[in-house]
Amino acid sequence: MTSAAAAGSPVDGLLATASIVLSLVIAVWALVAALRHRAPDRLQFVGLAVLELTLLALAVVALVALGGGERPGEPGAFFGYLVTLVCLPPLAWVLARMEPTRWGSAIVCAVCLVTPVVVVRLQQTWEVLGG
Amino acid sequence: MAEQRATNRGPGRLLIAIYILFAIAATSRAGLQIATKFDEAPVAYLLSAVAALIYIVAAVGLARAGHTGRRVALACCSVELVGVVAVGILSIADKELFPDETVWSDFGSGYGYVPLVLPMLGLFWLWRTRRAPA
Repeated sequence: MTSAAAAGSPVDGLLATASIVLSLVIAVWALVAALRHRAPDRLQFVGLAVLELTLLALAVVALVALGGGERPGEPGAFFGYLVTLVCLPPLAWVLARMEPTRWGSAIVCAVCLVTPVVVVRLQQTWEVLGG
Repeated sequence: MAEQRATNRGPGRLLIAIYILFAIAATSRAGLQIATKFDEAPVAYLLSAVAALIYIVAAVGLARAGHTGRRVALACCSVELVGVVAVGILSIADKELFPDETVWSDFGSGYGYVPLVLPMLGLFWLWRTRRAPA
């Protein structure tokens, strides 16, 4: 961690890894719920909330790095992915609340499968060529 | 009399969620491409914008349910299916036409082929909900 501080990417560390793992865990949990005909349970909503907090922390770390003069490889795409990323758990939350059936769990599962992809794309847009 | 089932409940809501995700993805991509490097591949970028618009309108159509909503969703899903197949074939046959990736290039392979499957699911869902449950 310390040696990577100079050249490292702010979106490639413990927070990013934690958000990816957490998101996948929620996705599996929600998938099991959907297959068992269960509506989104409290654990799914708590999971989404924790995921959102993790992603917001990741966004803050990225913004602090930007404030410190670091620049992503593709700034436009990087900001696009960052904004999209923090909107995903709330989107899942709202739609799952509207759909208190197995399909609500399916929505949580779908969004939590997309989230890790966006985190990885975020990391790629920071680094780009030979970064 | 011939009441139709709402398209915005149950599986329909999942479909709407996926349409929203693709609307966001395609809109951001098209917006960024058109704003920063439109001259490089105008055809591809305009196509991304059209795809983005179709995803948005399809999501709204499904969410609004009702007769008009259904008709709008049907039109969008049809255009989408034709679009993704046509662009898929063209992007493989003539690389020159689409020098840069779009949502629909190579049948949507960059997005796990979801762009190809999504309109089929949409049409299937519209067909399934064409009549009220017995």
